[in-house]
Amino acid sequence: MAQREKLLEIKNLKQYFNEGKVNEVKAVDNVSFDIFKGEVMGLVGESGCGKSTTGRTIIRLYDATGGEVLYDGVNVHGKKSKKQLKDFNRKMQMIFQDPYASLNPRLKIADVIAEGIDIHGLAKTKQERMEQVYELLETVGLNREHANRYPHEFSGGQRQRIGIARALAVQPEFIIADEPISALDVSIQAQVVNLMKKLQKEKNLTYLFIAHDLSMVKYISDRIGVMYFGKMVELAPADELYKNPLHPYTQSLLSAIPAPDPISERTRKRKSYDPASHNYEPNEPVEFREVTPGHFVLCSEKEFKQFKVQSK
Amino acid sequence: MSNKNITISKDLFTPAHIDPANSEKIAKKSLNFWQDSWLRVRKNKGAVVSLVVLAIMLIMAFVGPMITPYDFDTQNTKHNNLPPRIQGLEDVEWLPFDGTLSRRDGTVYNAYEVRKIDAYYWFGTDNLGRDQFARIWKGTQVSLFIAFMAALIDMAIGVAYGAVSGYLGGKVDGVMQRIIEVIVGIPNLIVVVLMILVLKPGIIPIIIALTITGWTSMARVVRAQVLKFKGQEFVLAAKTLGASNSSIIFKHMIPNMFGVIIINTMFSIPNAIFFEAFLSFIGLGLQEPNASLGTLVNSGFKSMIAFPYQMIIPSLMIAIIMVCFNLVADGLRDALDPKMRD
Repeated sequence: MAQREKLLEIKNLKQYFNEGKVNEVKAVDNVSFDIFKGEVMGLVGESGCGKSTTGRTIIRLYDATGGEVLYDGVNVHGKKSKKQLKDFNRKMQMIFQDPYASLNPRLKIADVIAEGIDIHGLAKTKQERMEQVYELLETVGLNREHANRYPHEFSGGQRQRIGIARALAVQPEFIIADEPISALDVSIQAQVVNLMKKLQKEKNLTYLFIAHDLSMVKYISDRIGVMYFGKMVELAPADELYKNPLHPYTQSLLSAIPAPDPISERTRKRKSYDPASHNYEPNEPVEFREVTPGHFVLCSEKEFKQFKVQSK
Repeated sequence: MSNKNITISKDLFTPAHIDPANSEKIAKKSLNFWQDSWLRVRKNKGAVVSLVVLAIMLIMAFVGPMITPYDFDTQNTKHNNLPPRIQGLEDVEWLPFDGTLSRRDGTVYNAYEVRKIDAYYWFGTDNLGRDQFARIWKGTQVSLFIAFMAALIDMAIGVAYGAVSGYLGGKVDGVMQRIIEVIVGIPNLIVVVLMILVLKPGIIPIIIALTITGWTSMARVVRAQVLKFKGQEFVLAAKTLGASNSSIIFKHMIPNMFGVIIINTMFSIPNAIFFEAFLSFIGLGLQEPNASLGTLVNSGFKSMIAFPYQMIIPSLMIAIIMVCFNLVADGLRDALDPKMRD
């Protein structure tokens, strides 16, 4: 575990909107975590807790207010030359949430997918470009005849697969999937998640998988981070998080998963989370601490000791 | 209840065979945006009829002055103020093309016979004996030219200004919008009249005067659209792929705004025609011997009682052009942007 190669290091990342004004929003507040090569990192949390903002800040769609994002040891943010930016754009890609909004309705599928190929000059001739498009279409389970069609002719699941093909076109190493399945119905969700899993194995990709569907996140992720109001409250390997949730918010979140069994469902107790329950002293340092190896919790010194005892 | 005895046994059923390869097939023919819009425009009868009328007008604006034997600016004072007379139609009682005029006391006389003129002026002549038919089509040509030019220049400036303002956002946007507000705040007519006074009347000065204030509405519409698209995921996707700002604006944003831009332009054309006619009518438009629909109405207006045809025909032309452009623009709005309906 320890000798695994770090692909991405996020250090004290901050993203504030309307900074210094009355309506300041701390969308991402001092978040730090690492993503290792070849893993799937899940990011969960309620609506508006800053998951998507974290993803978008990592890929430079927003300029970070503070902190660093190191990709292979190189800072992603800050001033960059055009060439550096292009290199970076090829390594890191994103899959978007809404398959109906993420494809330009005026472009044919071939042009949607080939956009990255054109920008980075990955095909020398027109024929080579089309060959790559056909190959990508087949990789994501579509037909090559679809290249000449327009986005509105596809279903949500098909569109999401086109979005995946577009991201894959530049042969990235790391993909941020920003709630890629939440706009799809359940039967299609499985298709898309399985496709993503398959692609990950074949192409040795690393994912940051942002979602609010806990069961789906558990299914695909190696490690899961839980966010609450712009802060990372708990980070642990997927199984560990489910078996031994330490932070009260994580416990509350897990207690919300419905079970497909009417008998256990009747007895399921929904825990609610009250941030005041911590009873932190006014100046008590609340930090992200490692309780057991690989399992981090946002807690005070006192809670830390208590969690340590609990996890033994 | 005779068929109660019929039993349907299980072996009558066989499972349907579904070929997974076919499940991804799309049978419908692929239509691009324009083909799709054309389908919807065609359903709107008013728009189609108007489109045909406009096409005829446009052709006549160029062909019209050539098919009469008279020039639009050749004066023939012996033939002044002749009423319309058309070969073949002159014997039709109820049509106004028989070359007759009525005196003040109500008696009707044939101006051509009384003045012993053997000629046919289809739309009559004006007080200097110039052929109205040639003048009206020449005037339509000039009016349409001014309107199209003004609309095109409005579009170019408005799209560029709005796109820059919306895309850059922040302080730049703030300053650019305040500039628009200042321009909009000054009454249009004052700016235009002052411009014409400074620039001396003519086709180009009128176009400049119309565009100097006309582009603001387009700029605002385009800015709003750019702001809308800026946060859309396909634009973010293009950004993460490393697309340059210009390619995002020209490849992703503007093609998606075509509908709105075209509609806005189509509505600004009749506006420009109207404004040009208005300027000409108050004497700030084209100067003789040039003709536009506005100047024709203006000169016809002076002898409205005696020779009503001199004013009625150009006025009708303006009315037809305005109505047709509005109907076409309306049809296009429904077709290009179904969301904007009602």
